[in-house]
Amino acid sequence: MRIGVFVCHCGRNISSTVDVSRVVREVSERSRKVVFSTDYKYLCSDPGQKLIEEKIKEENLDAVVIAACSPSMHEETFRRVLKRAGINEYLLEIANIREQCSWVHEDGTEKAIALTLAAVEKVSRNEKLKPIKIGVKRKCLVIGGGIAGITASLDLANSGFEVILVEKSPTIGGKMAQLSETFPTLDCSQCILTPLMVSLSRNDRIKLYTMSEVVEIDGYVGNFRVKIKKKPRYVIEEKCTVCGECEKVCPVIVPNEFDRGLSYRKAIYIPFPQAVPSSYVIDPNSCLGLNPVVCGKCKEVCEADAIDYHMREETIEEEVGAIIVATGYELFPKDRIGEYGYGTYEDVIDALEFERILSSTGPTGGTVKRPSDGRTPKRVVFIQCAGSRDENYLEYCSKICCMYTAKQAMLYKHLVPEGEAYVFYIDVRTAGKGYEEFFRRVQEEEGVIYIRGKVSRVYREGENLIVEGVDTLTGKKLTIEADLVVLSTGVVPPEGTENLVSVLKIQQDQSGFLKEAHPKLKPTETLTKGIFICGAIQGPKDITETVSQAKGAASAVMELLSMGEVERDPIVARVNEEYCVACKTCESLCPFGAVKVRDKAEVNEALCEGCGICAASCPTGAIEVVNNKFDQFEEVLEVLINGREKLETENSGLPL
Amino acid sequence: MVEKSWRPRIVAFLCRWCGYAGADLAGVSRMKYPEIYPIRVNCSGSVHPELILDAFRKGADGVLICGCHTPNDCHYISGNYKALKRVALVKKLLSQLGINQERVRLEWISAAEGRKFSRVVKEFYEKIRELGPLEVRV
Repeated sequence: MRIGVFVCHCGRNISSTVDVSRVVREVSERSRKVVFSTDYKYLCSDPGQKLIEEKIKEENLDAVVIAACSPSMHEETFRRVLKRAGINEYLLEIANIREQCSWVHEDGTEKAIALTLAAVEKVSRNEKLKPIKIGVKRKCLVIGGGIAGITASLDLANSGFEVILVEKSPTIGGKMAQLSETFPTLDCSQCILTPLMVSLSRNDRIKLYTMSEVVEIDGYVGNFRVKIKKKPRYVIEEKCTVCGECEKVCPVIVPNEFDRGLSYRKAIYIPFPQAVPSSYVIDPNSCLGLNPVVCGKCKEVCEADAIDYHMREETIEEEVGAIIVATGYELFPKDRIGEYGYGTYEDVIDALEFERILSSTGPTGGTVKRPSDGRTPKRVVFIQCAGSRDENYLEYCSKICCMYTAKQAMLYKHLVPEGEAYVFYIDVRTAGKGYEEFFRRVQEEEGVIYIRGKVSRVYREGENLIVEGVDTLTGKKLTIEADLVVLSTGVVPPEGTENLVSVLKIQQDQSGFLKEAHPKLKPTETLTKGIFICGAIQGPKDITETVSQAKGAASAVMELLSMGEVERDPIVARVNEEYCVACKTCESLCPFGAVKVRDKAEVNEALCEGCGICAASCPTGAIEVVNNKFDQFEEVLEVLINGREKLETENSGLPL
Repeated sequence: MVEKSWRPRIVAFLCRWCGYAGADLAGVSRMKYPEIYPIRVNCSGSVHPELILDAFRKGADGVLICGCHTPNDCHYISGNYKALKRVALVKKLLSQLGINQERVRLEWISAAEGRKFSRVVKEFYEKIRELGPLEVRV
């Protein structure tokens, strides 16, 4: 085998702490297997790729080692180069001398040499492989029916793909349905959202499951099998005419979660008039009538005969080719910030509660009233970064709060022109088209007063709240008597994210949002092929960005599904029948049911994920994962442990 | 006494989904840590116990294995549990051979835990330095 080694400088990213020319020289000197070695400033660039291609041909190479960045960055890029040069793309190994060497060590030269030599040893025992081609189901699962999931579903359906949309609440619409108006144009949020919801419900290619959750997923890119648990609505969607008679007779009154508990609803209710599906729902936790002996009033008045107390939870199975996760966000639980008195004082509310109060369809019918006594607040204090940018709570910036606070302050001034609005802030961040201009208007035209500083505590005196803080620009202590305090709470991943992550086998980042495959270049992909993410579940973002990203995710799915088939790495287990004793250890351990033992072990390549759990437990070494064989790792160990000191012989007499 | 300049030889089996990605993140975040030699494997559960022993036979002073968090992070459903069992077995075997069990360390490191990866490497490196070079001869 003729192996060529290419060492990348990555500009100065590698070459500043690794002596690249020494790596090139020493790998040739130390390994007889290397017939050619060279370096280049950027191997991933077009001339870099051309160089590799040319050298493969000129030097008649049949295997290549690239010493550069992490294989998760460019392994695929370089595989394509090998393919173009006419050699097998699996005779490639990457030595990660950037992320795990030059970036973490003062002088990584020795280690870079060792890692490169190890890759040489590994590739010298690699087999030529062909990627496995698999058919693709032209259908996509979208999890989450907020603006991200709606946008992605519509884009896919309008391009001819089938969509399964799963939403856990009784209606789609998400947080956007709860907002009053959107910055910076002050479009009424529902007015721009609900038409989309309607066109989604009328689209034949979209199958909508509300009150549903994804509980199980198996399979792989192009062929996922999905299990969905659908909770009973107790109202037959197709029959319900939304006449509202049931609601009138229902005797149970509970806080309305759509209004964040600022109003009340019945046990049979519709979340909001434009909900999709357009149907009532019974909340089984508060309804008396699921046992009809006790109540049953709604069923009596329902002319459409839509109510069915005997509805049961259903499990639905679907097969899809790709999955988009768009489960959005939740507000930081503000009661955790004790110093602001949330939960203690009724008139300390969070931003989404204020959003409902400002909304013309909200609990106060569009006039601003405070929760405690229904008076119109004459002085409102907004506290920005409530939870965000605070090492005690959320370290990150929640990104949307500066703008929604400015918007809420403006809307308040429109509704209560004689009122005063104060905003406590750390910094105001208004990056976005038209955002800075909007923020200026709020200050200059609406007269909202911005105070740079933090609030130390909020307490009650008489009927009003006292906000104590420091103006950090003047250094003066401030106390403001306020009728209402609004916390601009930060954004966190929704409850259940951890569970979803373990069902989907994708990763979270350090803040709990979903981790993208690459923060810049693959913002909608995950490390698991075929699973995509968009919207606030990937990180805090506003509607504009959410919609852009949802369209991006939809387009990535189209790219995948429109090909009809995908290629999959053929890194699967193989059996050496000569050694197999049919002990069935592999069969019992395989997490995917990919190994069956009759006379000998047999691997179903379509099911095998190549994890190698079988190989690590086979008593005879009969089953191994191709290009990840025991003897390959043995050689890798030899080079990593002894290669750097050029020891050819065994150095210890351990009786292992 | 161990010389001050002695650098232990540590190899690290990193699963590609979590441990390896965590190590990459440590790099992207430019977190410095002592030199260890990473080997990318598909799953922590694919690390053959004999391979760990082989590393010591070849002269390693310590072996680190990093996989996905239990209970549910493993990309292959339960590979991390298999690693857990195997490492326990290897540790027993090592102590019977007179090798300190602490020369093998198993850690769950997610793709988001660059900081943890760098801390674990620092700790393990110091531990191995404390234990000194592995010298077992029969």
